[in-house]
Amino acid sequence: MPKVKEVCRHVRSKVAGPFWVTIDLMFDSQENYDRYVRSPALSADSIAAIYGIVPETISLYPIPQLKVLKISYPRRSPQGSIEERDLHSGQQYTYLLNVELS
Amino acid sequence: MNTTAPDREPIRIYVPEGSLGVGIFPEEIDYALARNPQAIALDAGSTDSGAAYLATGKSKNDRGSVKKDLGLIMGAQQRAGIPVLIGTSGQAGGDLNVNWTLDIVLEIARERGYAPKIALLYSEQEPKLIKQKLANGKISNLPPLGDLDEATIDRCLHIVALMGPEPYFTALEAGADIIIGGRASDPAVIAAFALWKGAPAGPSWHAGKIAECGCQATTANTGQRGVFLEIGDSWFEVEPVDPQFKATVESISGHLLYENKNPWLLTEPGGQLDTTESEYVQVTDSKVRVTGSKWIPKPYTMKLEGASGDLFQTIMIVGIADPDVLAEPEVFHEMMLTTLTQRAISATGLSADQFDISLRMYGYNGVSGMAPPPGSVPLEIGMMCVITAETQELASHIAKACNPYFFHMPLRLGMELPSYGWPFTPGDIDRGRVFQFLLNHVVSVDDPLELVRIQILDDLEEREAAHA
Repeated sequence: MPKVKEVCRHVRSKVAGPFWVTIDLMFDSQENYDRYVRSPALSADSIAAIYGIVPETISLYPIPQLKVLKISYPRRSPQGSIEERDLHSGQQYTYLLNVELS
Repeated sequence: MNTTAPDREPIRIYVPEGSLGVGIFPEEIDYALARNPQAIALDAGSTDSGAAYLATGKSKNDRGSVKKDLGLIMGAQQRAGIPVLIGTSGQAGGDLNVNWTLDIVLEIARERGYAPKIALLYSEQEPKLIKQKLANGKISNLPPLGDLDEATIDRCLHIVALMGPEPYFTALEAGADIIIGGRASDPAVIAAFALWKGAPAGPSWHAGKIAECGCQATTANTGQRGVFLEIGDSWFEVEPVDPQFKATVESISGHLLYENKNPWLLTEPGGQLDTTESEYVQVTDSKVRVTGSKWIPKPYTMKLEGASGDLFQTIMIVGIADPDVLAEPEVFHEMMLTTLTQRAISATGLSADQFDISLRMYGYNGVSGMAPPPGSVPLEIGMMCVITAETQELASHIAKACNPYFFHMPLRLGMELPSYGWPFTPGDIDRGRVFQFLLNHVVSVDDPLELVRIQILDDLEEREAAHA
């Protein structure tokens, strides 16, 4: 089973306003996009477990034209709160890189 | 608003950089002016770097950098005789941020003998007015936040409302050469001139979104470079200003993903940009044409942003290479947190819910706060202790009381008292206020100008008086 980092040319994350995070998985080929975009490892439930959030709050946007899976979810705490560890949410993608896809 | 015949010339907009002050390459001004732009438009901020800039009214980019870029832009304005539209001045677009930017513009004008007509668009809001809107049912929440209440409004040091393009229309009608805008939608600032000239909304707004980060949506991949937009009757074209860079179908079509939670829809004041059916074509090696972008008018709303700063922090940092601690970071973390919390309570007499202590183990799980893969052994741990309290004095008091434990706590009782790696002395740093965004709400308005104060400064004396 390949890992996310092995089938994507680029993976990134960023705040989308102070209350949301958005992650873009940019697949490296149409074949890998078609094969893995709906992998159970990338379902709302799986993503929720990784980030410790509620599955119902996650939006998944498969974008075939761009071979991208976009994942958006609310931050556990708003940007800049007293528990802040990643103000731009720019490191959040890293926890998906080694997820194994089936 | 001006109207033009359907077969009119495309509108030409020059966006010199992704954010005012990041550093324009001067040669790009010549490239851009050679193509006869009709307006220069750019934003000067964003919420991405946090609430500090709205809360304090201070800019993120330093004054010298902003002055350098403004000098280049104002020089271009003088040469070409075209208007400059700036949005979200001074990083956050509050009144203080607008006035800070005005001060720099006036200084450059004085130094060079320029006499531009300046328009100021203020979009900061009185708490009293926002409370009235709340009472009148004009404010609604955006997920994930709940309903707004008066106490939350009172906690905000500054509140701004995100402007659409309409205040820029007013300034353009008045013949402004330089429009210094408060908080505004980035795409609105860039689209404003084209919309004012009667260009279609879908392509104008989409062009605004694409160019909001300067050349970031091109192979230049940086907001430091400029981009040129042409907006026609049913399309727009985008091309980097510097010929060494290229806009590609992939780079441009991918940009709507950026910092946006929905990849096809962008909600803006007065409507939604829908790019579901947008088509992207490579027209030259470096230029992309986009068609099919739609604008769906909606009841006019403005997004509110409010920043609080009513909590204070003191931090301590220590470097740990002790192999006993590195072998059991979780045990050490739990023990340290318990010890510091008890010490804070005994030293201050507060209860545990009246302050917060957070420990971050950099090198182990400092960024995530989550358990790393089993068996992970760090080479070193940089431990940061963040103490939050209602006053700076209290946070500082807690830190000083915790100091001997934070820097010298052994992994187990009975071990010799260690000294972990202090990076500096004194070991505690008063960090100041905690700035947070509290609002994620929209306010409905009857008129796009209702919450905006517009000031036109015609002559030098008036400008200097406003400045004083």
